[in-house]
Amino acid sequence: MIRSNEILVSLTTLVRKEIKRFLRIWVQTLVPPAVTMSLYFVIFGSLIGPRIGTMDGLDYIQFMIPGLIMMSVITNSYANVVSSFYSVKFQKSIEELLISPMPNWAILVGFVMGGVSRGVIIGCIVFCVSLFFYPSFTIVNPLLTISVLLLTAILFSLMGFINAIFADSFDDISIIPTFVLTPLIYLGGVFYSINILPDIWRDISMANPMLYVVNTFREGMLGVSDVSIPFALSMIIFFIVILSTTCLLLLHKGVGTRQ
Amino acid sequence: MSKFALEINDLKKIYDSDVVALKGINLSVKEGDFFALLGPNGAGKSSTIGIIASLVTKTEGKVKIFDIDTDKNFPEAKRLLGVVSQEINFNNFEKVMDIVTTQAGFYGIPLKEAKIKTEITLKRLGLWEKRNEQARTLSGGFKRRLMIAKALIHEPQLLILDEPTAGVDIELRREMWDFLKEINANGTTIILTTHYLEEAEQLCKNIAIIDHGELVENTSMKDLLSRLNVQGFLLDINQSLEKPPSIPDFDITLEDSTTLNVAIYKDQSINSLFDQLTAKGIKVLSMRNESNRLEEMFIEMIKKN
Repeated sequence: MIRSNEILVSLTTLVRKEIKRFLRIWVQTLVPPAVTMSLYFVIFGSLIGPRIGTMDGLDYIQFMIPGLIMMSVITNSYANVVSSFYSVKFQKSIEELLISPMPNWAILVGFVMGGVSRGVIIGCIVFCVSLFFYPSFTIVNPLLTISVLLLTAILFSLMGFINAIFADSFDDISIIPTFVLTPLIYLGGVFYSINILPDIWRDISMANPMLYVVNTFREGMLGVSDVSIPFALSMIIFFIVILSTTCLLLLHKGVGTRQ
Repeated sequence: MSKFALEINDLKKIYDSDVVALKGINLSVKEGDFFALLGPNGAGKSSTIGIIASLVTKTEGKVKIFDIDTDKNFPEAKRLLGVVSQEINFNNFEKVMDIVTTQAGFYGIPLKEAKIKTEITLKRLGLWEKRNEQARTLSGGFKRRLMIAKALIHEPQLLILDEPTAGVDIELRREMWDFLKEINANGTTIILTTHYLEEAEQLCKNIAIIDHGELVENTSMKDLLSRLNVQGFLLDINQSLEKPPSIPDFDITLEDSTTLNVAIYKDQSINSLFDQLTAKGIKVLSMRNESNRLEEMFIEMIKKN
């Protein structure tokens, strides 16, 4: 059997390659979220925010910060894995991995760690940008904040991986982010508390998984949430387990990777 | 007793589209061999190589690499295997050095050691000067060399090359032949697929021919060529003729006024032909094969099948 130190070396190689990939194209990967989020803070935070007043007893811009960070983490960790894994399939450089002795789980972990790295770096960048607009921001529960940040990045990296496995064209890697992820994020409590919604829309919103992710992160950063934290955390972990198992099964069967 | 580098038993592959690519192939390649795997397009060569390299999932059958059953311990078998695919399969935007070092890392070679091995391999393949260039800027020939460098970085004992010289100019092709001969002489078993039959004849000791997913021949190159019934030769002569000379038992046509096209059958002596031409006052200035011998054999076999 392949030795564990060799697996560690191969995994480190893949993670290094993935991180180098998105750092090499930093203008495409790191700058746009910073610019977009700055615009959100200027328009919704500084210009419209004061007219809105408070949300859940907090300044509107303060309420928005965790949601915008989470939005960036979700979209970037997903985008990193889906584009990277689809590219290696498209360029056939996936053969470099498949013919090597690397086990499937190491391939999966390598790509997911690439997505998590990008998600976390973007999250930190957006948080730094937010400090320009709200310098007095303090994190209420750092442990919960970091845990949710990492778990969310892992969850959406896994989703990106599955999307890339089934993708046959570049269109296929943009459909889910555009038509599924973005609407769910926008309707998942990034800009508002579901307590302000009529009952029917509040009930519908409870079925949106993004609501749990955003609110758990908001609980960590601000100490306010619309949902039960233990339930939200256990659901995130449950879906990480389900998606990881699915990814490994797909890799084992060679779906989208082997003929 | 010599070991087998590769053993394939009853290998079958049916694709999702119901295309039957392999109908149950049995094949053994001895350790140290330089083996040619030939066949027309769509015969099943690439499916066979794909299965050995784990790029294609088999439907049935067994594959053993140096006696390691790939169903039981594929990672260990993969360590002994290097594959040069038919198509370019690296990221064109990465630097040559990074591509090879990364490949070494995938085989569990630590970065420091990988860099040393990369330097040695790139120098050996004449790629060292290009190490900091993006792969997309390389010519077709250098890209092929890079593919070979990647496949050799972990020092495999079995190297499979799927049409490695396709689209490569003759000078580079001959350089590659010399390189492959050298690594084979140093103990690496090589399996080669190619459409250049001259290449297979020059390099390989043993040969298998696949057609329609079945093995139609598996023998030594010498044995195969000895079965050739007739060979065509072109003879350049010292005078201009209007019609071919009439020599009993030999089929002679005029290629042009100073070149004879002669068919020599297995039981005929070429000396006898020369004697009779000399007797008629015709002097042969030079002689060459009308076409590659293996090519004639190959076409004959495929037609029969």
